[in-house]
Amino acid sequence: MANDLVQPEKFFLNRFGMNESAFERILGSALERKADYADLYFEHRSAEGLGLEESMVNHTSKSVAHGVGVRVCAEDRTGYAYSDEVTIDRMRMAAEAARAIADQRSGAIAPVAVGNRVARHELYALESTPLEIPLEERARLLRQIDEMARAADPRIRNVMASFAAERKLVMVVTSEGRIAADIQPLCRLNVSVIADDGKSRQAGSFGGGGRVEWKYFFENDRWREYVRHAVHQALINLDAVDAPAGEMVVVLGNGWPGILLHEAIGHGLEGDFNRKGVSAFSGRIGQRVASELCTVVDDGTIANRRGSLNVDDEGTPTSRTVLIENGVLRGYLQDRMNARLMKMAPTGNGRRESFAHSPMPRMTNTFMLAGEATPEEIIKSVKRGLYAVSFGGGQVDITNGKFVFSASEAYLIEDGQVTRPVKGATLIGDGPDVLTRVSMVGDDLALDSGIGTCGKDGQSVPVGVGLPTIRIDGITVGGTRA
Amino acid sequence: MTQVDRSLAEWALDEARRAGASAAEALCVSAESLAAGVRLGEVEKLKSSRERRIGLRVFVGQASATAATAEFDRDGLREFIAHTVTMARLAAADPAAGLPDPALHPKEFPDLELADSTRGMVRADEALDLARRAERAALGADPRIRNSEGAEFDSGRYEIFFANSNGFAGGYAGTSFSLGAAPIAQDENGAMQQGFWHTASRHFRNLEEPEAVGATAAKRALRRLGARKIKTTRAPVVFDPDMAASLLRSVAGAASGPSLYKGASFLLNKLGERIAAPNVTIHDDGTLKGMLGSKPFDGDGLLTSRKALVKDGVLATYLLDTYSARKLKLASTGNAARGVGDAPTASSTNLYLEPGSSTPEQIIRSVKRGLYVTELIGFGVNAVTGDYSRGAGGLWIEDGELAYPVQEITIAGNLREMFQAIEMIGDDLRWRAAVVSPTIKISEMTIAGE
Repeated sequence: MANDLVQPEKFFLNRFGMNESAFERILGSALERKADYADLYFEHRSAEGLGLEESMVNHTSKSVAHGVGVRVCAEDRTGYAYSDEVTIDRMRMAAEAARAIADQRSGAIAPVAVGNRVARHELYALESTPLEIPLEERARLLRQIDEMARAADPRIRNVMASFAAERKLVMVVTSEGRIAADIQPLCRLNVSVIADDGKSRQAGSFGGGGRVEWKYFFENDRWREYVRHAVHQALINLDAVDAPAGEMVVVLGNGWPGILLHEAIGHGLEGDFNRKGVSAFSGRIGQRVASELCTVVDDGTIANRRGSLNVDDEGTPTSRTVLIENGVLRGYLQDRMNARLMKMAPTGNGRRESFAHSPMPRMTNTFMLAGEATPEEIIKSVKRGLYAVSFGGGQVDITNGKFVFSASEAYLIEDGQVTRPVKGATLIGDGPDVLTRVSMVGDDLALDSGIGTCGKDGQSVPVGVGLPTIRIDGITVGGTRA
Repeated sequence: MTQVDRSLAEWALDEARRAGASAAEALCVSAESLAAGVRLGEVEKLKSSRERRIGLRVFVGQASATAATAEFDRDGLREFIAHTVTMARLAAADPAAGLPDPALHPKEFPDLELADSTRGMVRADEALDLARRAERAALGADPRIRNSEGAEFDSGRYEIFFANSNGFAGGYAGTSFSLGAAPIAQDENGAMQQGFWHTASRHFRNLEEPEAVGATAAKRALRRLGARKIKTTRAPVVFDPDMAASLLRSVAGAASGPSLYKGASFLLNKLGERIAAPNVTIHDDGTLKGMLGSKPFDGDGLLTSRKALVKDGVLATYLLDTYSARKLKLASTGNAARGVGDAPTASSTNLYLEPGSSTPEQIIRSVKRGLYVTELIGFGVNAVTGDYSRGAGGLWIEDGELAYPVQEITIAGNLREMFQAIEMIGDDLRWRAAVVSPTIKISEMTIAGE
């Protein structure tokens, strides 16, 4: 296995008895009709999870999944077939199913010649992944988390902690001859607690991780920070008052509140929606969609991040794409098919959940660049508003541009001071409009701790977000206090 | 396939015992599916799949581990099973863990007609044709329907075989068919709205006609055109059936065993108490023939059941699997659900609100000024506290009439109060999904807008 770690490509060739001429035959068969492009996606994923409840590490699980997906693209049509049996026969059957998308017989088929190895980034060449750490050591950390959280405050009544780690080997072989392979480690530590003061009960949670080694959780006292955040959130919410309802000034804290960008901007700039003209951002490149304080990028090349990849799931190296520059819309996120149809360059954003899925344009790490205000100046500038520092999930309606994201830790701002905690509330806004209302951008850009998962068309992929503290001059807060 | 899976499952149970497990379960799932999509009349995608996986749970005394793999080579699988047993040894002994009492396993179980015996998998050309018909009906409905996110027909078939070391063994097959369309309407200012409608069933003949699916989707897109924001207010809120069903899902989640024993539910210690208005009765029934949420036995190998979750406003039962039932010192309700590689959890089967006597029109007419909700987005439901705040869209009601579309607003309250405030229940229950509801009216919620 050690050698396979160095050369993921060899892993697939050895394990499934494949070779380049087999790829060429299958891809040739996939292109037998009038198709533009075909690719094979091989995946082998192993994962382990540990869970603690009621002070016991009583949940342990493991899984191994492998398979191959065959895709055929003809103009804007996609044929896809996959199998968890990785054999030449199965792949040939899948190629026949996938090519049904291309209906006319083609004249001469250019022979496929495979062998052009894609140079990939080296963003997470780990010495070892957490999967190699003894299970007992992983279990011990969960028990330490439980002890620390319970000791932190007598009102903490229950603690749930989990650690999940996976290692994914992927290889993409395309009809253009490219081969790209990668090893993608990923892990996540999660802490959630329930606090009860006899009058009310509240949950708090925090977590993090990325494409990192086990020692990451011990650097800078990181796992203890996770516990402190989760406990703080639950206790703060015990005293929360009803959230206000209506449009008001909102200050978003740095880091994870960057989910705003993901929902309000990111999805609407994915190439597929814009090629089809169904996004509220369709046809708006070059137009002003944000205040000039705002520059937003999507960057898949940041080392060890949850949303980063050496190559995307079509074998394109990831990149840094400027989406909004000083308020002006600059670019879309592209996979190969949509880039080709829109006559743009692929941006390395073609991603898929697994071999069971066809790739689509997806985000990687999406964030706003830092400005010049200090967070204190921003808070002080607000007479009455909401300061939201942590969020649950969000969602967007691509076509009308309306998006929501739900605060899980928020406070009132009164006369320039952060005062009482308020209950969670959903914030709703309009994607092409919300960033035009950004009047201050902080100097404290932070990326999230590594917990984001994005869902689109039934496919989940890990992503990251980031934000400096910002002030938005009006967004609707969905509290109960009208 | 089931015969193959039976011998594989039994072999895996033997291997687990040989590796040192004191008890074990094996779950074999094989599935095939086809998805066919068209957009603007042209084929857009065809996706076909075949999958087979085996899931295991092994016990060493009161300690357990779960595992799943697509590896079927017997040597590889033997090693995998042995490693799973090693993991179980490292887990903590949990007094509530273990297989159900063997006496509770059924000797036989009913045929719930989960598979359509008249139809196999729908072929690609027929699936594309059905999708095309739905989209054509949507595009032809009105000149303001100017674009489309397409229409898709899905066909699936699966087989499940489940066995445990106490001698329970059972299997069943199921089918599913669905058709959805997503046309886009555009007004004279260029503003766009999507409409979506879909039909799903285990039996092909129960699907809505493709033309009806397309026409409904178009109507839903068109009625959103010109939507505006409204001023923040408190007012009655009428939930259309699909939106009302989302409220039932929240209640079922809070009434499920795992949420309760973790203390993460606003329904904790509420068994036998009034949690809703007296006109509210919610049933959970896994035994209905041919329904999407039906199954002959649950994820623990126990019979599914029919019961009232809420009876005349009183919380009558929790939804429990064997493990959470033991934690709560209660008996399983046959609601164990499990993924191939996961430990069982509890969830509803077919969940529905008993219909009332008002037509949806009568409900709308009863509102002087309020909101008719047809869209909800976001995840703003706090299961621990019941606090509720979600993005909403729909139609504003003035003097009992649907007056104009609204968007970019939220509705907020607390589920405890919202269920107590269910003032009217419609007669329009339709079996569109595993969780269904008629139209309901909640007497007042906070609506946030401008």
